[in-house]
Amino acid sequence: MSYTIDTEKNNLIVHFYGELDHHISEKARLKIDMKYKESSLKNIILDLTQLSLMDSSGIGLIMGRYKNATENKGKLAIVSSNVYVDKLIRMSGLLKIIEVYKNIDDALETLEG
Amino acid sequence: MDKNYMKLEFLSKSSNESFARVVVASFASQLDPTLEELSDIKTAVSEAVTNAIIHGYEYGDGMITVEASINRNEIEISITDEGKGIEDIKQAMEPFYTSKPDLDRSGMGFTVMETFMDDLIVESHKDKGTIVTMKKKINTSIDKE
Repeated sequence: MSYTIDTEKNNLIVHFYGELDHHISEKARLKIDMKYKESSLKNIILDLTQLSLMDSSGIGLIMGRYKNATENKGKLAIVSSNVYVDKLIRMSGLLKIIEVYKNIDDALETLEG
Repeated sequence: MDKNYMKLEFLSKSSNESFARVVVASFASQLDPTLEELSDIKTAVSEAVTNAIIHGYEYGDGMITVEASINRNEIEISITDEGKGIEDIKQAMEPFYTSKPDLDRSGMGFTVMETFMDDLIVESHKDKGTIVTMKKKINTSIDKE
C-alpha cells in the first residue's frame, strides 16, 4: 500500500506511505484528481509524515494538486515531519506558496478556521 | 575500502525505479554512509532512472544500465540509456525546466542530482542516448579507516 485517501469535513486527505517516486505518483495523482472531482470537496491535505523517501516526482504531484485546489478556490496543505522529505520541499520553493504543518490536526484546524 | 564495482541492467519500467534505488543503496552501504547520505544517493538515482524512462525512452521499452564503483570513500554511479538523447543539455539542467509540464513534472531532476551529490556529468547524443555520472564522497568512512 503506497497511499490511502480519506475525507474529513471539507477536506480530501491523502496519506502516503514508504517511497513516493515517479512510479507511485503517476497512479496516485490520477486517483486523487478523480476523488477530488467526484467528492466536490474544497481542500486537499497531503500527509507525507510516513514517507521514507520522496523524489522530484513528489514535488510535481504536489504542484499539480496545488493548482487544482486553487482553481477550485480551495487550499492545499502539506503535513510533513521527515527531514529528507523536508529537504526536497525546501529546495523546490514550495514553501513560498504552500503551508506545511507538523500534524494533520494542525492542518485541519487552520483550513477550517 | 577496497575498490569495488557493480553493474545492473533492467527494462525501462517505472516499477524498476525502486529496484534500482535499493540495489545502489545496498552497494553503497559498504561505505557505511549516514542515513542522510544514503537517502541522498537513493533520491539522485531515482531522478536519473526516472529521466531515462520518461525522456530517454518516452515510456517505451529499452534497457537502462546502472553502474556503481567504490574507490576509497567515494562512490561513482552512472545511469545509461540508449534512448533519444537530450538535444539541449544546458536547458534540460535549468531548475524547473521541463519538456513535459502536462505530466506534472517539476523540472527539478537535475537540480536534485546536483544538490544531493558532489559531482554530476551529463553526456548525451541525439538518438544515441544519455549517460549521467554522479559522484559522492561518504565522509564518515574516512574516520573509520
